Amino acid sequence: MKALCWEGVNKLSVEQVPDPELRNDQDVIVRLVAGTTCGSDLHLIGGYIPFMRAGDVIGHEFIGEVVETGAGVRRHKVGDRVVVCSFVGCGRCWYCANDLWSLCDNTNTNPGIGQALFGADTGGIFGYSHAMGGLRGSHAEYVRVPFADYGAFPVPEGVDDTSALFVSDSVPTGWMGADLAGVKPGDVVAVWGCGAVGQMAARAAMLLGAERVISIDRIPERLEMTERHIGSEVIDYTATDVGAELRERTGGRGPDVCIEAVGMEAHSDSPVHLYDQVKQQLRLQTDRPTAVRQAIHACRKGGTVFVLGVFGGAVDKFPLGAVINKGLTVRGAQQHGQRYIPMLLDRLAAGELSTAHLATHSVPLEEAPRAYEMFKDKDDGCVRAVIRPGG
Amino acid sequence: MSAAGKTLAVAAAGLAAGAAVAARRGRRNPSGTSPADRWLTVTVNRAPQEVPADELPAPLAEFGDRIETRIRPAPGDRGTELAVRLKEAGPALAYSAPARLAGADPRQELRSALRDAKALLETGEVMRPDSPPTTHDTPGGRIVGLLSRRAGGEGVL
Repeated sequence: MKALCWEGVNKLSVEQVPDPELRNDQDVIVRLVAGTTCGSDLHLIGGYIPFMRAGDVIGHEFIGEVVETGAGVRRHKVGDRVVVCSFVGCGRCWYCANDLWSLCDNTNTNPGIGQALFGADTGGIFGYSHAMGGLRGSHAEYVRVPFADYGAFPVPEGVDDTSALFVSDSVPTGWMGADLAGVKPGDVVAVWGCGAVGQMAARAAMLLGAERVISIDRIPERLEMTERHIGSEVIDYTATDVGAELRERTGGRGPDVCIEAVGMEAHSDSPVHLYDQVKQQLRLQTDRPTAVRQAIHACRKGGTVFVLGVFGGAVDKFPLGAVINKGLTVRGAQQHGQRYIPMLLDRLAAGELSTAHLATHSVPLEEAPRAYEMFKDKDDGCVRAVIRPGG
Repeated sequence: MSAAGKTLAVAAAGLAAGAAVAARRGRRNPSGTSPADRWLTVTVNRAPQEVPADELPAPLAEFGDRIETRIRPAPGDRGTELAVRLKEAGPALAYSAPARLAGADPRQELRSALRDAKALLETGEVMRPDSPPTTHDTPGGRIVGLLSRRAGGEGVL
């Protein structure tokens, strides 16, 4: 079959690879209908997560059709249209049983790497390096889905493929940020990043009762899209002082909840960005925490900062003093999608959520390398490129 | 730096980080417990009566009387703590960083068996890596490949 492979830093190509096989009784094989580019893929492509091998298939956000089931699969049959959570959860370890699915104990087949890096291994994730289990990614004609009874979800009638696709990762990630940050009625919420995850975090905050939601980015098309489709206020950080703007809009308090949806390759128009770039390129820090720093400074006293963006290692100049002295709660997580996906599909079917606008571009698998270049450079207003292996 | 060089550099950085952790963990700790004496332990999300010492899953049962086993309830309804260690520690060289990189540290096999036992008790299967592989070797990729091969038997648990 054809698949999009990582062939080295900033080198992607569509290659012929062997079809995936059922490896466990609880696996299914899914024929891909559509997958999408994700900002976190750029960290892999750019070499910021140093656990890739040439030939690794990337992609982790997808929808497809079940074409083969293992003997132990109970909840799926051939022909089911399913959206699959990007993280694999076994469903029965303590973490899965407590709805902390991305922390699954049993789905990362390379646990020693995560334990050395983080002190504990995470669950496995499709197409996201050998540190996260080395599973094949979804930008291919077929993908194997382990523990499918827990991670693959039937898509309701009436919900189209493109809308459902984003419930695989970006919608539950955004929802989780607002939910686990404790957004409640009356809150003012600020969200850094107007990509798909940031937009979904903003929408989730609204649905959880936030009084005001303010989204921050620098890309005009994304700011306009967020204002129009999500309905949040926006701030262009290149046009104003974000901290001053947030203080002014919140009576001097600062937002009750700050959600960072940017990640390790954050941009900024301040001199600190150059400092972070140099340190990252020299490997003196692995990640650029620009937006996290700003969120911590902007957050009201006693507020909550939730880190949704992907970070892989160590950062420099982390404002721990602000965390302590302002009494902040700082949380972060990779997405516990299985906890939210059924509810989110219902909300999508009910029209409470809309995601189709995120799909600004659609390409066949053969054009996926070009799609990633466009996505990385944010050319042509690209927010998400949908990759369709079937053309 | 070229793309290939950058790939190699970042992979080497990952290896160096792992080696530093490994070297730090290899030293005798202040309380005097050597790595070979330390229990390898996991928490199984099953009740203690569902983890009987005389009916452990095959990966651990196959060690027979070469291992000691300790089973106790985990606090806070978190399941059962299952700990194992080798009765015969072997020479210190067997636990060195080169031995670990070579896959010759006897704890690696035991640690892998312990993890597999936990997975079997909780889910009924041990999740296997994808196959056939899609990767091909490059200098940086060989390092990642080595780390991946050792990762099943390495770690902090």
